[in-house]
Amino acid sequence: MENNHISGAEALLKSLICEGVDTIFGYPGGQIISVYDKLYDYTDQLHHILVRHEQGAIHAAQGYARTTGRPGVVIVTSGPGATNVITGLADALMDNTPIVVISGQVASDFLGTDAFQEADVVAMTQQATKWAIQIRRPEEIPAAVARAFYIASTGRPGPVVLDIAKDAQVGMMDWSHERCRAIRSYDPCPKINPQDIDEVAQLLETAKKPMIIAGHGVMIANAEKSLLEVAEKGNIPVATTLLGLSTIPSDHPLNKGMVGMHGNLGPNSASLEADLIIGVGLRFDDRVVGDFNAYAPNARIVHVDIESAELNRNIKTFKAIHADADDFFKALSEKIKPTNNPEWLAKFDTRDKFETEKVINPILKPAEGPLHMGEVIRAVADAAPKNAICVTDVGQNQMFAARYFRYHADKSFLSSGGLGTMGFGLPAAMGAKIGAPDRTVCLFVGDGGLQMTIQELGTIMAYNIGVKIILLNNDYLGNVRQWQELFFNSRFSQTPLVNPDFNKIAEAYGIRTGKVTRREDLADAIADMLSDDKAYLLNAAIGSDEMIFPMIAAGTSYEKIMISKNENYFPLK
Amino acid sequence: MTDNNPIKLYTLCLYSENTVGLVSRVSVIFTRRCVNIESISVGACSIEGVTKWVITAKTSRRAMEKIAAQVERCIDVLKVFVFDDEEIIYQEVAIYKVATAPLLKEHKIEEIIRKHSARILDITDEYTVIEKTGHYSETEALLATLKPYGLKQFERSGRVIVTKSTQEAVTEFLEIQSQRLANNTTNS
Ligand SMILES: Cc1ncc(C[n+]2csc(CCOP(=O)(O)OP(=O)(O)O)c2C)c(N)n1
Ligand SMILES: [Mg+2]
Repeated sequence: MENNHISGAEALLKSLICEGVDTIFGYPGGQIISVYDKLYDYTDQLHHILVRHEQGAIHAAQGYARTTGRPGVVIVTSGPGATNVITGLADALMDNTPIVVISGQVASDFLGTDAFQEADVVAMTQQATKWAIQIRRPEEIPAAVARAFYIASTGRPGPVVLDIAKDAQVGMMDWSHERCRAIRSYDPCPKINPQDIDEVAQLLETAKKPMIIAGHGVMIANAEKSLLEVAEKGNIPVATTLLGLSTIPSDHPLNKGMVGMHGNLGPNSASLEADLIIGVGLRFDDRVVGDFNAYAPNARIVHVDIESAELNRNIKTFKAIHADADDFFKALSEKIKPTNNPEWLAKFDTRDKFETEKVINPILKPAEGPLHMGEVIRAVADAAPKNAICVTDVGQNQMFAARYFRYHADKSFLSSGGLGTMGFGLPAAMGAKIGAPDRTVCLFVGDGGLQMTIQELGTIMAYNIGVKIILLNNDYLGNVRQWQELFFNSRFSQTPLVNPDFNKIAEAYGIRTGKVTRREDLADAIADMLSDDKAYLLNAAIGSDEMIFPMIAAGTSYEKIMISKNENYFPLK
Repeated sequence: MTDNNPIKLYTLCLYSENTVGLVSRVSVIFTRRCVNIESISVGACSIEGVTKWVITAKTSRRAMEKIAAQVERCIDVLKVFVFDDEEIIYQEVAIYKVATAPLLKEHKIEEIIRKHSARILDITDEYTVIEKTGHYSETEALLATLKPYGLKQFERSGRVIVTKSTQEAVTEFLEIQSQRLANNTTNS
């Protein structure tokens, strides 16, 4: 018979297994060593990825969670182990990613004594988590784990922290486990009110200039299908936020592009003219809205979000609907009637044509000059399988990837949106590949950001993680450089980078590499990269002075959109 | 904007589970929005196992409602309400410690106690302890009266409130939740 009297450490692992966990990202240390000791007996059920830095663990877990929809699990030791994951917690909180972090903690008797490697992890992580709790007794572990997974994965997902004192890991307890099904203070499943749906259907019937904006919430709710159904049934143009990319295929005629600071002219201009905006699963943050007082002056805004606190938080809405995105679209598709606003739809296309001519074609079909980020990205997208996942780091590489990759399959865009964490890309791509081993994972990363978590090449080597790393190497902190050129008189303060030979670094880790500087070599280089399913680093030399447009200067309205350094587009003129 | 959304004292009434660590989670939400907490009182309410908090702050109703929404997101916070003074019955307790001799010399003590509806808790040769329950302006008035006599110590509590509804404001919410838990309608 199975022995039911087990240690807290073993109870932790068994609880994880009960929650369906099979992959863990982590790093051992003194105050978590008992858990790692027990893990030695559970390697057949729990696949542990030993990262090279705890920040790598949590970003990998984020990549894993966002491609699988299941919580990413991280185990770290106390003190520095735990503080090293805080950036990832803040990132996961902003981008609504289900993460369960388990940190070791000094024994209860030593708490508050500044013991070796003691840090007040619960206090430090409270503002970066959905829930954080310290566990001091072994018998508390199974219920806390159950609660952690429930909270992390339901409603608006987010990170949670279980800080487990050493004595709770070592102490013995009688094993039993029950999954958490509900919490009194927390109702993650708001019910749709049919009247709200009727009202939205009504608004759509009378609207002349409607637009749907799909945010990350649509992806999290797996509402891609129902979104498309509503859009097609109603013949309504759809825009997405950055993290909403891939909720509607790039080549769908109703996909009118991305909103926000570097979004497309069509939907950004449309926000000034629309009479009805249905925003689903987005926060309407400053990067999307620009100037809070000048946003969508003519529109009634219907805002749908699973988090009631987001409603009427940043912008005033005409109708706030507290609901799951998929529930909302499904209910709406039953009620919706086809709209017929050909002139409105044509406006998007006119602006799209203008943007293509002025901004996109010069990048995709340049006559001469150094490689552009956009053309490298598009060439990769065209050569990669249709269900490839685009992962980005932060900076120009991120915005170019967002704009120039092509999305054909659900959940194919992965980026640090809310926090904009440089160094996110490489570990996130690793986690994505582990979560979706059958898909090609293409990471677009800058020379700055790659060096923030470059140590994870070691993890990629150790576990043969087949990530395609496309380094958009401009020898600059390009995004900051762009702001300096545009708004700070080209005073390039601390933005030029003295870079190492990235190919040599990757090769030292046994990763195959390529280099491309000339346009005519690009296709072959990419073909070589995609010729197998192993890790690869393609070092693409990009012009240092490249800038990303269109751009709406931070905090300004959409009435003036920069389309090049010296040229503006005025949607209303 | 300030016209229909004036800055005044608002009361945030929060019902929660009795769990550790909530105080800091909640107080930071005020700090983040640059709103100063004027008073706070945490304790039992008429429902067993439910903790009631009363927090006052000077701000606009809109700002306070945004804070309330953020607070309500915290796991283990059950329900949050925002009230202005017209919507609640509220009191604060103040305790004053005054030198006894000057009070006796002027034979004012009884008059003061009567006029302010206060109570004497303790008298020694050295000091007199007076208690007054009331609104801020009332405890403040007594404070002003007593100051000339040599105030030795003073403290005023946070606000305690009841609403004008018959039950605790959270009662209906709890009924809905217990139904939800019973039906186990949540997916996991
Ligand atoms: C951790 C972190 N530090 C600083 C920043 C500010 N920042 C945003 S973009 C950027 C430049 C990124 O340079 P690089 O990685 O080379 O990408 P590029 O813009 O050149 O494509 C910086 C410094 C950030 N987002 N994250
Ligand atoms: Mg760069």
